[in-house]
Amino acid sequence: MSLSRREFLRLMGLAGAAGLLPTSAFAAARKPSDLYEIPAFGNVTLLHMTDCHAQLNPIYFREPSVNLGIGAAKGRPPHLVGKHFLQYYGIEPGSIEAHAFTYLDYVELARKYGKVGGFAHLATLVKRLRAERGDGKTLLLDGGDTWQGSGTAFWTRGKDMVGACNLLGVDVMTGHWEFTYLEKEVIANIQEFKGEFVAQNVSVNEDALFDYAFADFEGFDEDSGLAFKPYTIKIVGGMKVAVIGQAFPYTPIANPRRFIPDWTFGIKDEHMQATVNQVRESEEPDLVVVLSHNGMDVDLKMASRVSGIDVIFGGHTHDGVPKPVVVSNKGGKTLVTNAGSNGKFLAVMDLEVSKGRLKDYRYRLVPVFANLLPADPEMQAYIDKVRAPYKDKLEQKLAVADELLYRRGNFNGTFDQVICDALREVKDAQISLSPGFRWGTTVLPGQEITLDNVMDQTCITYPETYRREMTGKDIKDILEDVCDNLFNPDPYYQQGGDMVRVGGMDYVCNPTEKMGRRISNMTLDDGTPVEANKKYVVAGWATVNSQAPGRPIWEVVSEYLERQGTVKIKKLNTPRLVGVKGNPGLGS
Amino acid sequence: MKLDQKRRVFLKGSVAATSVGFAVGAGLLTPSAVLAAWNKSAFEAKAVDKAIGGALGNPTTSPSDKISIKAPDIAENGAVVPVSIKADLDGVTEIALLVEKNANPLSAIFHLPKGTLPDVSTRVKMGKTGDVIAVVKANGKLYSARKSVKVTIGGCGG
Repeated sequence: MSLSRREFLRLMGLAGAAGLLPTSAFAAARKPSDLYEIPAFGNVTLLHMTDCHAQLNPIYFREPSVNLGIGAAKGRPPHLVGKHFLQYYGIEPGSIEAHAFTYLDYVELARKYGKVGGFAHLATLVKRLRAERGDGKTLLLDGGDTWQGSGTAFWTRGKDMVGACNLLGVDVMTGHWEFTYLEKEVIANIQEFKGEFVAQNVSVNEDALFDYAFADFEGFDEDSGLAFKPYTIKIVGGMKVAVIGQAFPYTPIANPRRFIPDWTFGIKDEHMQATVNQVRESEEPDLVVVLSHNGMDVDLKMASRVSGIDVIFGGHTHDGVPKPVVVSNKGGKTLVTNAGSNGKFLAVMDLEVSKGRLKDYRYRLVPVFANLLPADPEMQAYIDKVRAPYKDKLEQKLAVADELLYRRGNFNGTFDQVICDALREVKDAQISLSPGFRWGTTVLPGQEITLDNVMDQTCITYPETYRREMTGKDIKDILEDVCDNLFNPDPYYQQGGDMVRVGGMDYVCNPTEKMGRRISNMTLDDGTPVEANKKYVVAGWATVNSQAPGRPIWEVVSEYLERQGTVKIKKLNTPRLVGVKGNPGLGS
Repeated sequence: MKLDQKRRVFLKGSVAATSVGFAVGAGLLTPSAVLAAWNKSAFEAKAVDKAIGGALGNPTTSPSDKISIKAPDIAENGAVVPVSIKADLDGVTEIALLVEKNANPLSAIFHLPKGTLPDVSTRVKMGKTGDVIAVVKANGKLYSARKSVKVTIGGCGG
């Protein structure tokens, strides 16, 4: 069943009259007639979006059924899924919020409530909130991962998104996948961006400083060596708001360093503290916020170590977290949020700020349902224009999904399995490896799979594939390394992606073990044990350290899809988990 | 380091303050040019305690929170990992820097002339995840601190 906006509102009205609506705090906070009626509060409104991954059009996005927290993170936000999530936040099962925040009854509810996100729909919501709050009382923050994730973003080198963000009115941004274009492209895009790009943790490395190609770029500061402005000051509702940027600290490790050889990153929490102190002393702001791409676990740790920050608006780990987490530190308290991904949510924080102090706040992570928010005509015209040269190619139908295809989750999603199967079949390999990105949209059963969908899942600036021999030990070392990036109990050693996806091979994973001991019982699909010294033919893509020789992954996947016609997963190579029974980050 | 300190001035300062040690550690001088200062047995030692003993005369050190090591939690490039060591101790004459898991753990010895601030920086090569160890000789006594640096194959970011 698919509901039009009008039908939906009518049904909501009937349900309200009949007393059928949930009585959770969520539902009570709004009138049943309109999900987007958010009562004004305080004098400053900060709007936050993050990790939209260039999704200009509405999409489906299934939240994870496996998002394990290990050590101190066990059972704490953001490591809650499904019913654990609903219980923790008091959300009624089956409600529109339950659908937005969890994977439960995904297909049925996705058919009922429709697609999410889309810049034209988001623009309508932003315009509405800005009009309701009044002139000069809002600021729109974008946490990054904006210029990558779609075919049009890839082919325009992120420029389609710079234009869309300018039209949307993004005031301040930071980045991660932005840095997967070449340095000169990053600089050119930032110069075209009408807002400000901030990052306190990106420096020009010492070798590059002596003859830096972008010495004239206005964000560069020769004295500090910072490549971009560390922070900006904005007047919002008459209050002075400092926004400090924190780019993804491990960009040159998780993504190719060769594209951005002059820049060095890091968490740099000491420099963050120094920046906060300096801002507080020299600028005398009323509010200090950090726009972060650390990932939620890193933000939570950073908030406990750095004092003087009122709010950290977080992204990277794609966690849709309905309420801020309050973290104590030696200077007081810091609120930490995470605002989901793929344009699915807009965070709305209304704050009551008086001279130099945050007194109170209200927070809502609002799901953007395309059926409930009409498209903004101006933004829609822009999207149509940027898509026009690529439209026919992108909307080309490659196959039909016979089941739900998604990626997000700690281990293989079904769309990952399609990619892994494609690599094995097209490149004639025994085993395949595919990166555990957290972006990539969802395809419903019966839906036609287009090149748009394939590009959503695969388009990066290092898409080349490989086919090579690896020993069983090599494969285990890769799995152990990536697994430690995901489950190291100290968040500062995590990179924020999910586990590498595998095809043609199964294994047992104990996330609670130490590195080197998490992976065991590796077997081929037919049950034959993988031997440490034996060589296997492995196919994969997205090599970080050097360019692989093969054709782009989307060509391999497209070819496979066309051969298949109808796509059904024969075997999902998801590991058998040990040591995490009862973990609230594990769905049923 | 003060936030606005000029980076180039800072670099010059650290080179001047620790000329021999820094230059050797960074590979700026050829071995023959520094042969007199080259402590062969310490730099070629394969065990951490032998390397410390060879470098500073005694393998036994006391852990100290007066030493701070600045190094990335995860290295961007294992071939050149920036490490800074600062000691809040009086009478520092030598600072040794070791990489626990390297085949030859000793990476650098800094000899500090009297009155030099005990604050040194260099880059080390790290083959795999492990600790970097700083050993500081102050008033004839040895103090140490360590910090874990992860060396990863990378990839798969969110």
